[in-house]
Amino acid sequence: MKKIFFFTGLLIALFAMLFVGCNKDIAGRTDSAPALSTVKTDLNAGTWKPILLTGPAEFALAPPIATNTPEYIAQINEIKSWQADLTSEEKAIVKYWSAGAILRWNEILRELVAKHNLPPYQNADGTYPLPSASNPLAYPLFPFSNPPYAARAYAYVSAAQYDALVAAWHYKKLYNRAAPYKVDATINVLVPQSDLPSYPSEDGVVAGTAVEMLKLLFPGDQDFVQQKAEEHKRARILSGANVRSDIEAGEALGKLVAQKFVTRARGDRAGAAAGNLAAWNKLEVDCLARGETPWISQELPKRPPMLLAYGKVKAFLFDSLTAVSLRPGPPPLVGSQQMKDETEEIYQLSKNSTRERIRIVHFWADGVATYTPPGHWNAIAAEDFITKNFSEVRWARNMALLNMSLMDAAIVCWDTKYTYYNARPSQLNSAIKTITGLPNFPSYISGHSTFSGAAAAILGHIIPERAAQYNAMADEASISRMYGAIHFKSDCVAGLIVGKSIGRYAIERAKTDGAE
Amino acid sequence: MTKILIALQIILSPLISAAQTDMDGIMMGKKRFCVGPMYSYSSWKDYWEGSLKRDNQNLGAVSTQMAGLMGNYGITSKLNILFSVPHVKTKATAGTLKGMKGMQDLNLFVKWMPVETEMLGGIFSLYGIGGLSLPLTNYVADFLPLSIGLRSRTASARLMADYQTGSFFVTASATYVLRDNIKIDRTAYYTTELHLTNEVSMPDGANFNFRTGIRNERLIAEAVVNNWNTLGGFDITRNNMPFPSNKMNATTIGANFKYVILPVRNEVSLVWGANTTVAGRNMGKSNTFYGSVFYVLDFNRKSKSSNQPSKTN
Repeated sequence: MKKIFFFTGLLIALFAMLFVGCNKDIAGRTDSAPALSTVKTDLNAGTWKPILLTGPAEFALAPPIATNTPEYIAQINEIKSWQADLTSEEKAIVKYWSAGAILRWNEILRELVAKHNLPPYQNADGTYPLPSASNPLAYPLFPFSNPPYAARAYAYVSAAQYDALVAAWHYKKLYNRAAPYKVDATINVLVPQSDLPSYPSEDGVVAGTAVEMLKLLFPGDQDFVQQKAEEHKRARILSGANVRSDIEAGEALGKLVAQKFVTRARGDRAGAAAGNLAAWNKLEVDCLARGETPWISQELPKRPPMLLAYGKVKAFLFDSLTAVSLRPGPPPLVGSQQMKDETEEIYQLSKNSTRERIRIVHFWADGVATYTPPGHWNAIAAEDFITKNFSEVRWARNMALLNMSLMDAAIVCWDTKYTYYNARPSQLNSAIKTITGLPNFPSYISGHSTFSGAAAAILGHIIPERAAQYNAMADEASISRMYGAIHFKSDCVAGLIVGKSIGRYAIERAKTDGAE
Repeated sequence: MTKILIALQIILSPLISAAQTDMDGIMMGKKRFCVGPMYSYSSWKDYWEGSLKRDNQNLGAVSTQMAGLMGNYGITSKLNILFSVPHVKTKATAGTLKGMKGMQDLNLFVKWMPVETEMLGGIFSLYGIGGLSLPLTNYVADFLPLSIGLRSRTASARLMADYQTGSFFVTASATYVLRDNIKIDRTAYYTTELHLTNEVSMPDGANFNFRTGIRNERLIAEAVVNNWNTLGGFDITRNNMPFPSNKMNATTIGANFKYVILPVRNEVSLVWGANTTVAGRNMGKSNTFYGSVFYVLDFNRKSKSSNQPSKTN
């Protein structure tokens, strides 16, 4: 009997040891990011070089109402009545959004990308349906936010937010309206105070731009996007940082600027990037005519290669001739000794995978249902930017530089893939088994390597003390594709080089945009 | 005779592996240790994506082989300790994905029979069973459906009742399984929302098991129905890959057999069986076969009879 009690006790103790303190609620890394407390307000950012706008005043913004008018006082009282009885949910909203408008909308965009990064299921006849922007809620949901689509989405949202904030900073300095807590000292301000004029509200600008861009990019998720925007605007009033007219002016300005980017997006040739059966066949025929082995889809049923005309999309950092000039020379010929050696190298890596290499493969895989490699670099950048206390306009500028690099990297990479149209390692040797999903498009050059080379270059310019780490990350992301047995060494080496050259265009822009 | 045990079954391989001795109404006698190797083969071609049954030409048939060692020691005839250590290997017959292999989880159970009483001409017994499972290695959980397991530490509590009259018996049990968070190799993942962390909250699970058949000193033949449900979790979205914290439900039906080859003091027996998944959610519609050989080591003094029935077998 004693033994029974002993062992029952032992069991209970083991249970307790395992699960006491085991809290199932898991905090995200940025859930409790500190409130943005800008060391520098970048008050002259209205003079920074915009991306598409002809100048910061391209869109007019009416002057704010005076702070002694009844209407303004009513808006001050709106803040006060909200603040009289703040719920814990309202406090949580204020805390969440105070970490930064660019940060939070970047995270929301990453969430949408991850949600939509799913390849459509085949039709009964073995063809594949295409998502339709005009019917986004019908299966297959629009969009399929694969890496090139995602890179473009991040770039447009970031670039539009940057231009809109340059305009906002211009008007902030011009009208110089003080923040509500400077007008009325009795307001209980829940975020760090700033000397930055509050009209138009930078948060209103960022939210307005995002809403407008996301109507184009994620048209089926308007309920989610609008709910976030309402929450964001409310957080700023609750916190005492803005009166309603600050926010409304910002939102209107953001929408106007975004519309200019929407117009560009509609004409940037991405709409034709999916190609068609004839274009797919031509790639194969042309490759055979060159005497080479064409890429073949290893999915069943055979899936059309991803966005075969994406290489023709209009880049942000350079013109189309430059884009073509950035394309590297051809990969090793399939019959060459070098290609035989590289295939054998991948076969050995596949056969002899180690736990540490699998960790690296999965850490960087960013495949189906993730925010993609460009999203991963956004996450890396955002988490570093949090520590820097950049002003919102500088956050936007840095994100725009990063994301224009990533989109342009996708363009040059995809152009290269469909110029050479070469096989994956597992096509040349069917004994090669992959440690991650096999991407359904040609091998040369590696997308992960191109993205990572570009991102590491521009991030190393923005945060020089982290440059060595960014390069090490890019190298690891690149080699992860060899460890995963889905890329040859040539793909990865060339991808990193091309990516870094693209990053240099962003660096050149950064040096001359007036922010440094 | 002896009161051996062991009808092993992989209920939800590769997701949950369990020697089902912890789910049967048999206890080892005091100072008797039953041990032996086990092997199971499980495969599926169709699976449930949410509630939609489908196949996947890029996976073909997904198989799981498990080889391991199981044991059951009688501290007393009313208190047993059980363990199993499986090695698992997975494979897909189509597509390019590489299967995985490795040591999976150490499973430990304490099985206690506080009540054993005559009732309606038979014997009724009640059991309380506590279990722990601990990953033995840092294997990859986030590569479903080819992961060898979910790498969650679990703790389970089970209440079980058994009734035997003559050779006929019925056993029913209900189990609650606490599952600890796991860590995966990536830094963000999407469930029904984006999570910026490498930590994954796993839904707890509940299991119901019912078995009936004949049981005597030489032979057990039983039919088994098992039902596993996670208490929470999310569905696989259309054409997505599975994820460790998915909702995973499965109902299996099967049969187990045990035959005592050498009914001597150091008994030798064979156990084999099969089951099939009849209903599920975010799980493979698997068919499973298994077998094992068990040997009983008796640590009692030879003068003592090994034939000390505290129960019919």
